[in-house]
Amino acid sequence: MAADQKGATEVKEELESNLESVDYAEEVVLRTAQEMGFDEDARDQIGLSLRECMVNAVVHGNCYNVRKKVHLSVSRLPDRLEIIIGDEGEGFETDKLPDPLAEENILRQSGRGVLMMQAFMDEFKVGRREPNGTEVKLVKYLAKAEE
Amino acid sequence: MSVKMTTRQVGDVTVVDAVGRITLGDGASTFRDTVRDLANAGSNKLLLNLAEVSYIDSSGIGEMVSGFTTVTNQGGQVKLLNLTKRVKDLLQITKLYTVFEVFDDEAHAVRSFK
Repeated sequence: MAADQKGATEVKEELESNLESVDYAEEVVLRTAQEMGFDEDARDQIGLSLRECMVNAVVHGNCYNVRKKVHLSVSRLPDRLEIIIGDEGEGFETDKLPDPLAEENILRQSGRGVLMMQAFMDEFKVGRREPNGTEVKLVKYLAKAEE
Repeated sequence: MSVKMTTRQVGDVTVVDAVGRITLGDGASTFRDTVRDLANAGSNKLLLNLAEVSYIDSSGIGEMVSGFTTVTNQGGQVKLLNLTKRVKDLLQITKLYTVFEVFDDEAHAVRSFK
């Protein structure tokens, strides 16, 4: 764990592409969220968003490939929790995903993870990870969570 | 902890009591297998009691939708009972509240089946 002069601390982990890593990342992030003072509702939202993001990285990004890693970064800042999850997959564009709320998609079995992350987190950003893969940033603010 | 599912019969309605987490992996698989086995056995009035479901992710939601579609396509009905706040929030965000009939009272739910 590293700390900078602004009071931020950061944990960086390189995880295997399996479901055990999803559980592990959830533990790490929920422990951090509790230490930061997020209430139970906010922790539920953070935990679920983290799971959805990790599952996307493991299943859709890295396709469970044992040679590919999931890159987790958890930053504890004075006013917010920032989580960055990177995979080594082919990448995807959120605006090309089917709208899970459209009438024709409402009974689809999958495709709701991004919607949940967008609903539960204050910021949700998807970008390219260098040299390859996708990077997703999830942010939850302490003040908003307490409102 | 994954999910544990037990069934009981109330008249011609099969009540499925789920306890635990319905997430990608064992939880979602157990949920899918239970609903599929019931449908294959001819149970076409399913009431899913989710009072003790502590956690459900998009995979779990997907299995609920899949079970709903399977049973409905066979002429049956799937309804939900005793949702926690977490599951209610998820159904609202995903608009699935418009798909599932949801009840807080088991007797009322059982009577609602045709």
